[in-house]
Amino acid sequence: MAVSVSSERDTVASPVQRAFREALYAGAISLGLFILFIGLKTDQNISNQLILAQRWGLLITVVVLTMLGRFFYIAYGQPFMANQKIADVATGLLPASVASRFFQLPAFIVAVVLAVILVAFSSALPALVGPDLAGYLQFLRALAVIYALACVIFYFRAFIHANFTKLGIAALVLYPILVVVVLSVYAWSIMGGLQGSLKWVDNYGIQILIYVMLAWGLNIVVGLAGLLDLGYVAFYAVGAYAYALLGSHYGLSFWILLPAAGAMAAFWGVLLGFPVLRLRGDYLAIVTLAFGEIIRLVLINWRDVTNGSAGVSGIPKVTFFGLMTFNSSDPNYIGKVLDIAQSSAYYKIFLYYLILALALLTAFVTTRLRRMPVGRAWEALREDEIACRSLGINTTTTKLTAFATGAMFGGFAGAFFAARQGFVSPESFVFLESAIILAIVVLGGMGSLVGIAVAALVMIGGTEALRELDFLKSIFGKDFTPELYRMLLFGMAMVIVMLWKPRGFVGSREPTAFLRERKAVSSSFTKEGHG
Amino acid sequence: MQYFVQQLINGLTLGSIYGLIAIGYTMVYGIIGMINFAHGDIFMVGAFAALVVFLILGSLFYSVPVVLALLIMMIVAMLLTSLYNWTIEKVAYRPLRGSFRLAPLITAIGMSIALSNFIQVTQGPRNKPIPPMVSKVYDIYGISVSLKQIIIVIVTALLLALFWYLVNRTSLGRAQRACEQDRKMAALLGVDVDRTISITFIMGAALAAVAGTLFLMYYGVIAFSDGFVPGVKAFTAAVLGGIGSLPGAVLGGLLIGFIESMWSAYFSIDYKDVAAFSILAIVLIFLPSGILGRPEVEKV
Repeated sequence: MAVSVSSERDTVASPVQRAFREALYAGAISLGLFILFIGLKTDQNISNQLILAQRWGLLITVVVLTMLGRFFYIAYGQPFMANQKIADVATGLLPASVASRFFQLPAFIVAVVLAVILVAFSSALPALVGPDLAGYLQFLRALAVIYALACVIFYFRAFIHANFTKLGIAALVLYPILVVVVLSVYAWSIMGGLQGSLKWVDNYGIQILIYVMLAWGLNIVVGLAGLLDLGYVAFYAVGAYAYALLGSHYGLSFWILLPAAGAMAAFWGVLLGFPVLRLRGDYLAIVTLAFGEIIRLVLINWRDVTNGSAGVSGIPKVTFFGLMTFNSSDPNYIGKVLDIAQSSAYYKIFLYYLILALALLTAFVTTRLRRMPVGRAWEALREDEIACRSLGINTTTTKLTAFATGAMFGGFAGAFFAARQGFVSPESFVFLESAIILAIVVLGGMGSLVGIAVAALVMIGGTEALRELDFLKSIFGKDFTPELYRMLLFGMAMVIVMLWKPRGFVGSREPTAFLRERKAVSSSFTKEGHG
Repeated sequence: MQYFVQQLINGLTLGSIYGLIAIGYTMVYGIIGMINFAHGDIFMVGAFAALVVFLILGSLFYSVPVVLALLIMMIVAMLLTSLYNWTIEKVAYRPLRGSFRLAPLITAIGMSIALSNFIQVTQGPRNKPIPPMVSKVYDIYGISVSLKQIIIVIVTALLLALFWYLVNRTSLGRAQRACEQDRKMAALLGVDVDRTISITFIMGAALAAVAGTLFLMYYGVIAFSDGFVPGVKAFTAAVLGGIGSLPGAVLGGLLIGFIESMWSAYFSIDYKDVAAFSILAIVLIFLPSGILGRPEVEKV
C-alpha cells in the first residue's frame, strides 16, 4: 500500500480541519473535471447543428455532493474505521464485530414483519398510496427481504462456511423450483407462478450462470496457467456461430453440435496458442486482444457466411434429448407429451438446468485437472516459467493445453448462448465482454472457483438489479433511465472492489500440490508469475 | 505512383495521431509496467473537451481565426485531460502500486468503461458532428494535400521535438528515465517517484488530448465510443514498436497508419483492421519484443 505523501502534515491537524481542507480540494478537482461535461451539454438543434445547453445547477449539485462526501469520509468515516480496527483487535472480534452489530434480532424481526406486510398488501398498494410511493415501498420490500436473508446467512455462517460447496450446489439446483413455488403461492396459480418466474430464471439465473461458466473457463488460462488472455470472447463467438450456422443451415441437433462447438473453439485456441507461445506478459495480452478483434471483424465482414452485422437468426431451440421439444407447434411438445398447460417457462427452466450442468462440468473438470500432472504444470508455469523449463516441463504443450481447455469451455458457453438467444450477431462479442469476464476472474481471486462465482453474482446480478430501479423515475423525473447508468456503475464498481480487495473476494491461495503438510499461503506473500 | 504517394500522405496523417496516443501508453508502461487501458478513453475525453470549447468559442464570438481557435481548443483539452488522467492515477492506480500485476489492469479497464459511459450519460449517445474548420486543399503535382493533414503533421512534429527535449535534456526527463530503470534506487537518490509518475501521466494525457483535438478537426465528428478503436490501434502501435521505447511508439504509430491506408487503398477497406492486427501478430512472432524494444533480460 502506498502511503500518501501528506501524511506527516495530516497528523497535526484535527480530523475536522483536515476534512475541511480535503473537501475543498475535492470540490476544486471535481469542478475542474465536470465543468465542461456536466455544466454544458452538446445537443443537436432542429437544423442538426450542435448547440450547447447549460446545466449549472446540476454541476453545483454534483460538486457540493462530492465535497460533502469527502468531508464526511475524512471527518467521520476514517476515524470510525480506525477506531473500529483498534476495538476489534482489543476484543478479538476482528472480522465479525461490524457485522454482528449490523445483524441484530430486533432489526431482523422488523425486516421480516415489514416484508410480510408489504408482500401481503402489494397488489393494493398503488391504489392506496399512489404509484410513486408504491415504487418506494417495493424498493423497501426488496431491501427488507435481502436484509432478512442476509441475517439468516449471517446466523448460520459457520455452518455455511463449512459446507459451502454442497449448499451452493443445492441452492442452485433448487433455485428455479423455489422461484416457481414462491411466485405460484404469491399469484395463487401455478401458471401465474411459471409466467412470473421467467424474469428470475432467465435474466438472473441463466445470465449469471453464463458468466460464471465463462469466468471458470477463462480461469483455466488466467488463474491457473497465468497467461493473460484479453480475447477470450473470441472462443465464445466461435462456439456461438458454430451452433448458429450448423444448427440453422443443416438442422443438426444441439446435442451433436455442443461437443462440435467445443472442439472447434479448442481448435481455434490451439491456433491462437501457436504463434503466441514465445510471447510473454503484455505482448501476449495484446495479441490475444487483437485475435478477439480479428474474429469479430471477420464475423462482421464475411457477409456470405455470417450475414454480417445483421447476425444469424432463427437458431433452433434445444430439445429435451430428442424426446420432447419446446416448440408448441411440434407433435412432441413437452406440454402435449406430459399433458400440462402450455408455457414458455419450461424452456427457460430447462435452459437453466442445462447451463448449470455445463458450469458444474467446468468446475468439476477444473478441480480434477488441477490434481493431474497437467494442472500442476499449469500452476507451476504460473509461478515460475524458468523453473518450470529447467525441471523439464514442456512449456509449449502446457500452454497449448491451457489455451485449448479454456477455449473449449468458452465454445460450450457460446453454443448455449446461441441456443438461448435464438439469435447471434457480432454485437455480442465485443472486447467489453472479454473485459467483464476477466474482471470477474480477477475480482473473484484468481484460481478460486467459489470466489469467481461470488464475483459473477455480485457484478452481473448487481447490474441486472439496476434495471429494477424504476421508482427512481419519481425522484429524477420521467426522462431518467437507470439502465443508462448501468455500465457507468459497473465500471466504477470494478475500480472500487479492486481497491477494496486487491486480491479478489477469496484472497488466499492454496497450492494443489504440497509437501508433507497443507499450508495456506497468505495472499500477501504470493507473487504472480510473469507469464 | 501518384496514388501511392497520396496513400503515403494519408498514412502519415493517421500514423501521427496514433503515434501521439501510443506515446502515452508506452511511457506509462515504461515507468510503472502497467497497460493503461483507459488511455484510449482519455483521448476521447480530450476530443470531447475540444468539441465543447469549439462550441463555446462559436457561441461567444462572431468569428475566431482558425489557428487561434485550434490553439485554444488544444490548450483547454490538454489541461482538462491532464486533470482527468492525474485524478485517475491518484484514485485508481496509485493505491494498487506494488499489488499484483493484474490489479491495476482491472482498475484501468473499469476506468475505461466508466469514462466512456460518463461521457455517454452526460453528453448523450449520438455522434457529434462539427462544421469543417479547415477546408483548404493544395494540389502538388497531382497529389492533393489538405491543410488539415499539414497541420496534423506539423503539430505532431513540433510536439515530438518538444517531448524529445523534455525527456532527454531536462532534469524531469532524467528523473523519469531513472524511475523507469529502478524505482527504488531513484527514490533513494532523492527523486520524488510519486510526483514523477504523476507527471508522466499528465504528459501522456496532454499528448492524447492533442491527438483528440486533431482527430476532431480531421474527421469532424466524435462519439463517446470513439476512444476504443484508436486506443487499441495506438496500443498495438506501442507494442509493435517495442513497448517502453519512445521512438518505437512513434515508429509503430506510423507503421500502423501506413498499413491501414495502404490496405484500404489496394485491398479492401473492410479488412484494414484485420490487416493491422495480423501484421502485429506476425511481427511479434519474429521479434517477440517489438521492433525497437529491448529483449527482457531475466535474472534467476
